[in-house]
Amino acid sequence: MTLFYLFGAVAVIASLLVISQRNPIYSVLLLIASFGALSGLYVMLEAPFVAVIQIIVYAGAIMVLFLFVVMLLNAPHEETEQDERLHAFRRQGSLRFGAVLAIALAAELTWALTRGTGETGAFQGEAVSSVQAIGKALFTDYAFPFEVTSVLILVAMVGAVVLAKRDA
Amino acid sequence: MTITPMLVAQIILTLFVFVMLLNSAAVMVYVERKVAALLQQRVGPYRVGPKGLLQPVADVIKLMFKEELRPKAADWFLFGLAPIISAACAFAAFAVVPFGADTTFFGLLKEPLRLQVADVNVAVLVIFAIASMSVYGIVLAGWSSNSKYSLLGGLRSSAQMISYELSYGLALAAVLLVGNTLSLRGIVNAQAGTWFGFLPRWFVFLQPVGFLIYFTAGVAETNRAPFDFPEAEQELVAGYHTEYSSMSFAMFFLAEYINMVTVSAVATNLFLGGWQGPFLPESLGWIWFLLKVAALLFFYVWMRWTLPRYRYDQLMKFGWKILLPIAVINLLVTAAAVLYFGA
Amino acid sequence: MPTLNDYLILSAILFAIGTAGVLIRRNIITILLSVEIMLNAVNLSFVAFGRALGTADGQIIVFFVMTVAAAEAAVGLAIVIALFRHRESLNPATFTSLKW
Repeated sequence: MTLFYLFGAVAVIASLLVISQRNPIYSVLLLIASFGALSGLYVMLEAPFVAVIQIIVYAGAIMVLFLFVVMLLNAPHEETEQDERLHAFRRQGSLRFGAVLAIALAAELTWALTRGTGETGAFQGEAVSSVQAIGKALFTDYAFPFEVTSVLILVAMVGAVVLAKRDA
Repeated sequence: MTITPMLVAQIILTLFVFVMLLNSAAVMVYVERKVAALLQQRVGPYRVGPKGLLQPVADVIKLMFKEELRPKAADWFLFGLAPIISAACAFAAFAVVPFGADTTFFGLLKEPLRLQVADVNVAVLVIFAIASMSVYGIVLAGWSSNSKYSLLGGLRSSAQMISYELSYGLALAAVLLVGNTLSLRGIVNAQAGTWFGFLPRWFVFLQPVGFLIYFTAGVAETNRAPFDFPEAEQELVAGYHTEYSSMSFAMFFLAEYINMVTVSAVATNLFLGGWQGPFLPESLGWIWFLLKVAALLFFYVWMRWTLPRYRYDQLMKFGWKILLPIAVINLLVTAAAVLYFGA
Repeated sequence: MPTLNDYLILSAILFAIGTAGVLIRRNIITILLSVEIMLNAVNLSFVAFGRALGTADGQIIVFFVMTVAAAEAAVGLAIVIALFRHRESLNPATFTSLKW
């Protein structure tokens, strides 16, 4: 249980820091830390395949993409001087509204999940954790989404290259 | 948590692996210089100790006493973090590599101890994951030094690493098809026995192309020649570690050698039968493991000092247009063969 | 031992943090990062439910969500690069040419 609290705390604190850092590079690195904590949580949920795939795909590929774009664009900070000096709740209208809305969302979800007679025991039943079982299901029951996903990735690749090209 | 002899043995094993990796880096320093000398028909280090054997010690002492510089415009947190990430990922990748069969240390332990720091059953994927994390050490080093050579070197190096990760993964996938398990120990055990009494059942005979692809991608991943354009002295001063000195530089250096050792060790386990060999009993299999890894490391050093360096665009073209299609075709042919022969 | 509820509450908190990031920040890249946080929160709840039900479906859906997130991040960042070339700014408030 302490391990759950540890990973959960790291994930939450890292995510909070992600949205509050001004330098986008620090945001990306903190998000990688958050993904690492989530990967630990997946291992605790007896899903080692998803845990490793999270590191390979999210932390190892998508975040490298973000890091490259941040480094290549090298953009300055976006908030004006005045905004930066005020706390999130005292900035101008839309920002304050957004912060309040997010807290309201968190409170509502937590309330909804803790009342009533939800699942209160530990996980029952066997976990399906072997890669073989996942692979089998992926290629039989979910074969169509699998193929469609490959087409999706192809389309995204072509789209990204076309969008980012300089007009020669 | 009770302190059992097994727990103590496990902790000692972990520390032993850590110390041995550090030693292997030191040995590699010496081996590289001596083999380079032999290939270039000169003598190499011979003053420090008998036959120059204490050269690595001299190198370490020199690096420790150098002044630790820090450029003023550098982002100090990331500047300090980058070598730590590189070194940590290099050590972590070796944690799941098995280097011997179960052994009881001549009867000292009650139950056999696995010669592996962590026996996970998705070991192959874990190695791949940690290899993809080590890109960050390089790209952060390049960025945080705030110097144009470092930035270019860092970006180029990390682009090279992520490009060759694809072929690396596909070569691994082909081996997994043949070995039918993701656990490294399982793959080594699947290579036991011989065909016709003398040819060992190593996967390199079933997957020759796969071995070449894996090793090439491994060399490119560790930024060694002939793929070391981003850190070549003649091209970019020293690439992403231009601004580093003393122990931070030593950490990058260390990370590179340990990555080499890890790639060789994983290649040995996947393709060359791991710790299995003809004359020794199972419990001394680690001697065979060491010999095979040493052979691969010698090959690494040999390649560095023999082949000319690829230019960066040639390197990227090779990775994407030549190596990746070959790896995909290798996977397809392997899948067809596994289906046909029903292995 | 953590129960299903614990995982869901953690997922809810992460989702709310991601939403806050999207609503508060004025840097497109940070907004995209917050979207990634939200997707990860959803992944966590999928895996938790999959474990509770004892099937592999949760993990398979996570597999697809990760793939789609990768594709979306790639295209989103390409759009960001194209926008940056026009206005030299990453603040979404500067792209107002379609405003009435």
